[in-house]
Amino acid sequence: MLSACFSWPDKFSVFWNHVMKEMIRLGVKSLGIVILMSAFMGGVIVIQTNAAIDSPLIPAYTVGFTTRQSVILEFAPTIICLILAGIVGSSISSELGTMRITEQIDALDIMGVNSASFLILPKIIAAVIIFPILIMYSMATGLVGGWLACQSLDNISSQTYLMGLQWYWDPFYLQYALIKTAIFAFIITSVSACEGYHASGGTLEVGRSSTKAVIYSCMTILLTNYVITQLLLL
Amino acid sequence: MIEVKNIFKGFNGVEILKDVTFTFEAGKTNLIIGQSGSGKSVLTKCIVGLLDPDRGQVLYDGRDLAAMKAKEKKAIRTEIGMLFQGGALFDSMTVIENVEFPLQMFTKMKPNERRDRARFCLDRVNIKDKDGLYPAEISGGMQKRVAIARAIAMQPRYLFCDEPNSGLDPVTAIVIDNLIQEITQEFNITTVVITHDMNSVLEIGENIMFINKGENWWVGDRNSILKTENEEVNNFVYVSKFMSQFRDQI
Repeated sequence: MLSACFSWPDKFSVFWNHVMKEMIRLGVKSLGIVILMSAFMGGVIVIQTNAAIDSPLIPAYTVGFTTRQSVILEFAPTIICLILAGIVGSSISSELGTMRITEQIDALDIMGVNSASFLILPKIIAAVIIFPILIMYSMATGLVGGWLACQSLDNISSQTYLMGLQWYWDPFYLQYALIKTAIFAFIITSVSACEGYHASGGTLEVGRSSTKAVIYSCMTILLTNYVITQLLLL
Repeated sequence: MIEVKNIFKGFNGVEILKDVTFTFEAGKTNLIIGQSGSGKSVLTKCIVGLLDPDRGQVLYDGRDLAAMKAKEKKAIRTEIGMLFQGGALFDSMTVIENVEFPLQMFTKMKPNERRDRARFCLDRVNIKDKDGLYPAEISGGMQKRVAIARAIAMQPRYLFCDEPNSGLDPVTAIVIDNLIQEITQEFNITTVVITHDMNSVLEIGENIMFINKGENWWVGDRNSILKTENEEVNNFVYVSKFMSQFRDQI
């Protein structure tokens, strides 16, 4: 299926149009939930880190530093992608599963359209492009959420928090997070699309394929996260 | 004309189609009839190339489908129109976009030319003022008619209809049957209709193959099917009380 999926599109203009539509559907429409979750996540990290540090030997800006590291390295790329696996993955799988059981995919095949390439490739390309952008929004919102939480704390000023954010900053952290996100985007879309594309039976099977898509995507993301971290950060 | 020659097809050691041979004639509505599980759908999938037969040939006007290269197969698919049981219209597209879709994919028509052709096809199936609606917003009968419009948009030489009037009321079912027959004659298409509806058989059955246990059991037309001595065919045709009373009268 992968070779069929990655073959040259039947008509590039139609294909690119689909990629754009998928970017809006998979990315822009998920922006709201991503921003909301990231803001609260950043805030909670600040409050928890602040509560955990009770030694006077640990400087206050550690809160900002820890928040940055947690948000950029792990929470934004991994946790948000796990959430996107639930939102986007189930949506892709159920869409393709429904198309399969209602013979829409057969209709494409009979017309001579490469259904795998027509339906799956735009989703993969759109996700690989748009997810890193979403995650950058997530990072920014997470850090802003952390800063807002600082306003409610007595012992950390905005300046201290911002100093912590800039402390020992390595631009490679951002690259690492975006590389991870692009790989996760590929996993989410390809695993979910594969489950949906091969669905058979009735609506119950479509529901099952949707659940399996989310489970397999999440498991693959967690495993890949470990491997990528080993490869890139050690 | 589509010729099916000595087709065999099995799954997991079970033979579903056994030596099926038949000729589907151009300009006629050719019917494949038979009970559920008799092999109608498998035969159709073999004919349209969704399944590869284990043995045998499918010839589209002399062109062997199995021997074709991928590019040739793709080209012949543009000559095939198919009406699916549920319509199989694309949910995410409007009525007009559904009909325009094959034109957009396989022709170099300009957008206004595509729209004109799509409107012509929709007019032909008596769908008016529904361009902007989505398939979920129109009735089942209309969906079938839009699906027919999509199937004929590319001016196909071969039209396949999988149980075209399933789930429709008798009046709409006859409308769809007649529409298929009119289009077949008007454009000289080789039409293959898969059905187990006796109303369709008697309405449009110009060339009928009765398939039973994966074999070509009987061949005839809508007149001869009522007079045949073949027991299996009679069991199929006269199973309802109405038809058995009708037989007693004739």
